[in-house]
Amino acid sequence: MKSLKKSLLSAAVASVFAVSGAQAAGISDDKVKIGVLADMGGVYADICGKGCVTAVEMAVEDFGGTVLGKPIEVVSADDQNKPDIGSAKAREWVESQGVDAVTGLVASSVTGAVTKVLTDNKKIALISTSASHAFTTKACSPYNAHWTYNVVALANGTVKPMVDAGKKKWFFITADYAFGHALEKVASGVIKNNGGEVVGAVRAPLGTTDFSSYVLQAQSSGADVVALANAGADFVNSLKTSAEFGLTEMVDVAGLLVFTHNAKALDPNIAGGMKLTTGFYWDMDDETRAWSKRFKERHGSIPAMGQAGAYSMTMHYLNAIKEAGTDDADTVMKVMKKNKPNDFFARNAYLRNDGRMVHDMYQVRIKKADERKNEDDIFAIEQVIPGEQAFGPMLSQCDFK
Amino acid sequence: MATFLGINLFGLFGQLLVGLINGSFYALLSLGLAIIFGLLKIINFAQGAMYMLGAFFAWMALNYMGINYWAALIIVPLAVGCIGVLMERYLLRPIANEDHLYSLLLTFGLALILQGAFTHMFGSSGMSYAIPDELKGGNRLPFMYLPNYRAWIIISSLVVCVATWYMIEKTKLGAYLRAGTENPQLMQAFGINVPLIVTLTFGFGVGLAGFAGVMAAPVYSVSPDMGSNMLIVVFAIVVIGGMGSIGGAILTGLGMGIVEGLTKYFYPEASTTVIFAVMVIVLLTKPAGLFGKEA
Repeated sequence: MKSLKKSLLSAAVASVFAVSGAQAAGISDDKVKIGVLADMGGVYADICGKGCVTAVEMAVEDFGGTVLGKPIEVVSADDQNKPDIGSAKAREWVESQGVDAVTGLVASSVTGAVTKVLTDNKKIALISTSASHAFTTKACSPYNAHWTYNVVALANGTVKPMVDAGKKKWFFITADYAFGHALEKVASGVIKNNGGEVVGAVRAPLGTTDFSSYVLQAQSSGADVVALANAGADFVNSLKTSAEFGLTEMVDVAGLLVFTHNAKALDPNIAGGMKLTTGFYWDMDDETRAWSKRFKERHGSIPAMGQAGAYSMTMHYLNAIKEAGTDDADTVMKVMKKNKPNDFFARNAYLRNDGRMVHDMYQVRIKKADERKNEDDIFAIEQVIPGEQAFGPMLSQCDFK
Repeated sequence: MATFLGINLFGLFGQLLVGLINGSFYALLSLGLAIIFGLLKIINFAQGAMYMLGAFFAWMALNYMGINYWAALIIVPLAVGCIGVLMERYLLRPIANEDHLYSLLLTFGLALILQGAFTHMFGSSGMSYAIPDELKGGNRLPFMYLPNYRAWIIISSLVVCVATWYMIEKTKLGAYLRAGTENPQLMQAFGINVPLIVTLTFGFGVGLAGFAGVMAAPVYSVSPDMGSNMLIVVFAIVVIGGMGSIGGAILTGLGMGIVEGLTKYFYPEASTTVIFAVMVIVLLTKPAGLFGKEA
């Protein structure tokens, strides 16, 4: 009797261990849960927001809705561009709701706070729209994957060709917060390394409506190029004012971070001709057009680069889970870095050990009014910039194998 | 180049003029707020949203109905004014006898709803609205290039501001208005329809924001959050000028434009803060504001 009890007990214990062992190798909580965190109603809503949710949902549907026989679930939340709100949401997701990876991620300040929470919890950050290069340099982590673009690629893509073409003197109108400072710093480095000089810079607070003072200062600086190191409404307002005060006719004005939606919000007579760098353009070839058409049917507008990136990275993540046979973050990340992403978005691409997704970037020109066939016809691709050239080398301390 | 104490004078003149342009804009926006507060004692937090509506209506009028800038300059303020009239009649009047805090919260909520609705309908990136052909181009002054449209902003804002001030402070209609809000019962006894005056005053104040919105559409990004960005600065200006002082709002608007312009020249990082620093100093030394009467 005793021995029977004992063997029953040991069988029960063994079965418990067996189950937990199986869980570690398979899918935790019997589902794969992806959280989309983005600014849903504020200044950055158009460049990721609900469009990123749509893109991730499309990826899940195209993948078949299940992985390793377990359902894939998508949840989303509004971070309101506030790091505290974003990190609290991420913490709630990973600590009590079984979220396996967080994507979206727009404002660099929010992404900085969220990636910290995710790394502490050993969960993957799939960064789609943030610009700062910190997540793969000074704040790098084995759990970060940064898709789409970063400030280094923008500077190399837009600034270097202009300096090489003899535009040596630069003036910056910079957004006065982390992103603007990072962009100005990286771009200034590119200018100096290529024999140019920075003749001046003004730091305009985020959300400045009237840029005329700064434009006047740029005008009297003697620069060949005035670089707008800002984004969104700041970019639109500063470029409008530059055109109004005749700056665009005197010197080159370079927008360092321009999303299709911002370019669309500008009069083609003002913005037409400007060259810039992007990680994706919907009208590049048949593959991009086919996906973008599907996206537009569901979302109502053409995809911004981060939205296309969100699809691409979700797909790569799900494929990696399938191959790894588990959703364990360390294992999945290894597979993501081993396999090369290759889809309508990711061309000549690979995920580097520091988490930087290196892929072709594009130097584009904003089309003038008479070149445009319809309202979505915004960019003309001038040149493909190979990923290695755009993103620069990896830091040795971020080489997470 | 002419310099004085190491300062580039041409650059400085340019900044002063640009400050004056922005100041005339501030004057126009704070005027509406000052009228609504000064005469009706309503703190209208929806004024920024009305400014945004003005810009969007101008855009819609052009794109959906083919109404050009000049016609929009008349029609849009009227349309926004009508919304103001409806707002006063059906939302604010029922709580007119409550504490001021109620109308403040109501208008604040309304502003958030409008901003959210426009973000939902048009997205957050904004719309483009071209400068009318007649006002394109500009003149090269000795110290700067002055776009024609900016010159137009100064002139038209000042005309509207001075005309409004004159109407309220110097005409019989203005006297009725001031008396009607000062002592409604007495004026009612004289056979003046005070509720109507209140409604129309509110509509006029809101219409001014709509006018400013049309003026802004060609030079600033027409986006749902354009009003909320502007509103706080304009409130600070009204507080500095003295809550409810109409002349004070106009002069302070111009003055703060210049102060802000100079800050942008000498220390741009502080340009969005300088007005609030002035506000703090003024409140500490003259709590009723520069032109306000001590209660």
